[in-house]
Amino acid sequence: MQKLLSAFKPGEEGIVTKISAEGKIKRRLFDMGVTPHVRIRMRKAAPLGDPIEVTIRGYELTLRKNEAETVMMEVEA
Amino acid sequence: MKFALAGNPNCGKTTLFNILTGSSAHVGNWPGVTVDKREGKYKKNDVDVDVVDLPGIYSLSPYTSEEVIARNYILDEKPDCIINVIDATNLERNLYLTTQIMECDTPVILALNMIDLVNQSGDRIDVSALERAIGVPVVAVSALKGTGLAELMERGVQAASVPRKGESVVKKALAPELYERAVSLLVREDVSSPVFHAMKLIECDELEVQAHPAANGELLSLKKSLPKDEFEGDYEATIANARYEYITSHYSTALFKKDERGLTKSDKADRVLTHKVFGIPIFFAILFVVFHMTFSENFLFLGGIFEANGVAPCFAGTAYEGLIWTDAGINSPGVIFFNLFDMTFSLIIDWVGGLISIPWLQSLVCDGILSGIFAVLGFLPQILFLFLGFSILEDTGYMARIAFILDRIFRKFGLSGRAFLPMIMGFGCSVPAIVNTRTLADDKEKTATIRVIPFFSCGAKVPILTAMAGGIVTKFGVGNADVITYSMYALGVIAAIFSVLIMRKTTQRGETPPFIMELPAYHMPSGKGLVIHLWDKAKHFVQKAFTVIFASTVIIWFLQSFAWNFTFLPEEAEGIDGLVNLHSERSILGTIGKVLQPLFTPMGFGSQLNSLGWVFAAAAITGLVAKENVIATFGVLAAAVAGGYIDPEAEEGVTAAFAIIDATGITVPGVLAFIAFNMTTVPCFAACATAKAEFPKGKFIWTVLFWLAASYIISSIVYTVGSWWWTSFIWLAVAAVAVVCIALYNQKHSLRQSA
Repeated sequence: MQKLLSAFKPGEEGIVTKISAEGKIKRRLFDMGVTPHVRIRMRKAAPLGDPIEVTIRGYELTLRKNEAETVMMEVEA
Repeated sequence: MKFALAGNPNCGKTTLFNILTGSSAHVGNWPGVTVDKREGKYKKNDVDVDVVDLPGIYSLSPYTSEEVIARNYILDEKPDCIINVIDATNLERNLYLTTQIMECDTPVILALNMIDLVNQSGDRIDVSALERAIGVPVVAVSALKGTGLAELMERGVQAASVPRKGESVVKKALAPELYERAVSLLVREDVSSPVFHAMKLIECDELEVQAHPAANGELLSLKKSLPKDEFEGDYEATIANARYEYITSHYSTALFKKDERGLTKSDKADRVLTHKVFGIPIFFAILFVVFHMTFSENFLFLGGIFEANGVAPCFAGTAYEGLIWTDAGINSPGVIFFNLFDMTFSLIIDWVGGLISIPWLQSLVCDGILSGIFAVLGFLPQILFLFLGFSILEDTGYMARIAFILDRIFRKFGLSGRAFLPMIMGFGCSVPAIVNTRTLADDKEKTATIRVIPFFSCGAKVPILTAMAGGIVTKFGVGNADVITYSMYALGVIAAIFSVLIMRKTTQRGETPPFIMELPAYHMPSGKGLVIHLWDKAKHFVQKAFTVIFASTVIIWFLQSFAWNFTFLPEEAEGIDGLVNLHSERSILGTIGKVLQPLFTPMGFGSQLNSLGWVFAAAAITGLVAKENVIATFGVLAAAVAGGYIDPEAEEGVTAAFAIIDATGITVPGVLAFIAFNMTTVPCFAACATAKAEFPKGKFIWTVLFWLAASYIISSIVYTVGSWWWTSFIWLAVAAVAVVCIALYNQKHSLRQSA
């Protein structure tokens, strides 16, 4: 099932299929290891609901929901 | 021989640097963009090795100033060897930078840091397998425990003696003709590290495209003729993906991971510290503790205990009173050190003053040079305390969580959560606050943040507030000093919010900077690291005190001690020390104050005051040295008015403020406007010098103009609205027109851009 990373609930896990961001944000996502085929696990949202914290490539990464909206994920149903 | 340390933030690079170079490290400035460059010597080899600490980076892409600095250093300064520091607990992401560094024509050696933590957790890394897979020397080290360092440097020197050609691990992912053509085009242009430039050019990296337009054009047309891969011609994606695929396929042979484990300590700490409900209150509590340690005169609120029992502490009446104890309670460590410095400085000034008998020389040395330097150095203890608190938060990894918690709020103003910290530090002292803006990735965000930092009233502005607010209450019998003080703080914060909003819509326009950052694992800070960190900061600050600040204080001293015909004006009142010796209106400063006086009319302390009104202008000028001087200056003038010396410190300056308010005939809104002006205008020389170092060339002048304009407008609003309430409608109308104009301009501008 395809789903945006921004729609993930804490504890949910999936594989990145496509990144639609542009420019600076795209570059930054790539540099931080958010590339196709990588596994991402949603950890939690900040106290005010945004940004979110995810586990990727063995470390913790935080990004905003609107940045996570550019990351399309495949979730094993 | 010169080695450069490169690596991700939080990989222990700085710890490694400190342990390699010992105490020989010194801080310098980078050419162009000024960011600290740390250099030191490693002396345990046969040849001395200069070690340079580059800023922590994730990639060599040109999007943050730190990345550009590291990239330019590696490419232009051509170190003999790059020590790529790797956090062994996070191999995968750390090696991403390695694959880029390896494309440069420089010998590279990998320092596999924190190897002790990996072994502790039960994982194992096969170092020689990694070395075979990556193709450059790999040495396992622990910077914290000091193991593996000799081997690292020895093999580094070996590596440095053999020239190395850049190699790309991703060339297999690209069409061979594209890769070959890109490299040959750059070889023809005779650049060094052609492979690195070729890869960046294929990625359409901004800097490379600008530097090699012809080659870029040729590659673009070649790319069009090639069949599309999975990423549909997005070569940035192809290359980033290939780098990570290479890493996962090669390092997996070297890493043996223990099976799934439960929650780590770090996870548990994080659960509490970023808790949905408690996260924000905990944050405010921690912040309070840091400020309480630094600035409180009633440490741990012990004052109440003495009062309740009617006993004074045992050192009452001794020399310790005042130093560590006042009526308000026990002083916090920050205040104790502040007092200690202050007392020592007064002793030195008195002692030196006694040695010199020529009046003008004595005044130059004591009132000018020494007082000026000491006025600035006096802040050192509290700045260091604040730094210590914030360094601990930074080292433990909590700082990144603060940004995580607060980002949501800051985004509304076009900033990221990271801008919060420098702003809140501004309440303590602008100097460390401005230095801290380096953590901001976006230049425009950084500029906007530095500009509003002085609006968060620093500790030195407190005397202005208490004295003037007290003066108002005593003289006019209106209001409540605390209410006035707090509303002035609030005014500063509101001014900062509006300024940021306006700047982000006009001169500092840009998208809200992205917020994609690592949340490092929590760990205990290392004491040694903290000490070195603080020592660096102290050195930097002292250097500034003796250069820029020294020069500016001497100039101010001259202006207030001499008349236009260059005759020295002797001190008129006994017992005045410091930079406050304003003498009389005959001094150059006094005359300048008189000339400037009409300018302050819209703010209520200009022409409408009598012949003594110039002192407000003069006081604001002396406040440039250190904000405490504003009230000190009043003390001197009050003496002239009341026919006797008035101690500026008496009743926390309220007496002096009262005398001035009484003598000049200023109104309540005028006094409030004067406070507002000092709270928002150009900060002290120390802060200015720091800001100047952080800005690229030319931007600092605009910043000073911004501060002047902002304070002028804000205090004019305070005065006019305070005097005639209906003028608020005029200001609202002006604001509305301004908003409409900005909106229209931006609309037109963006239309033109998209057209």
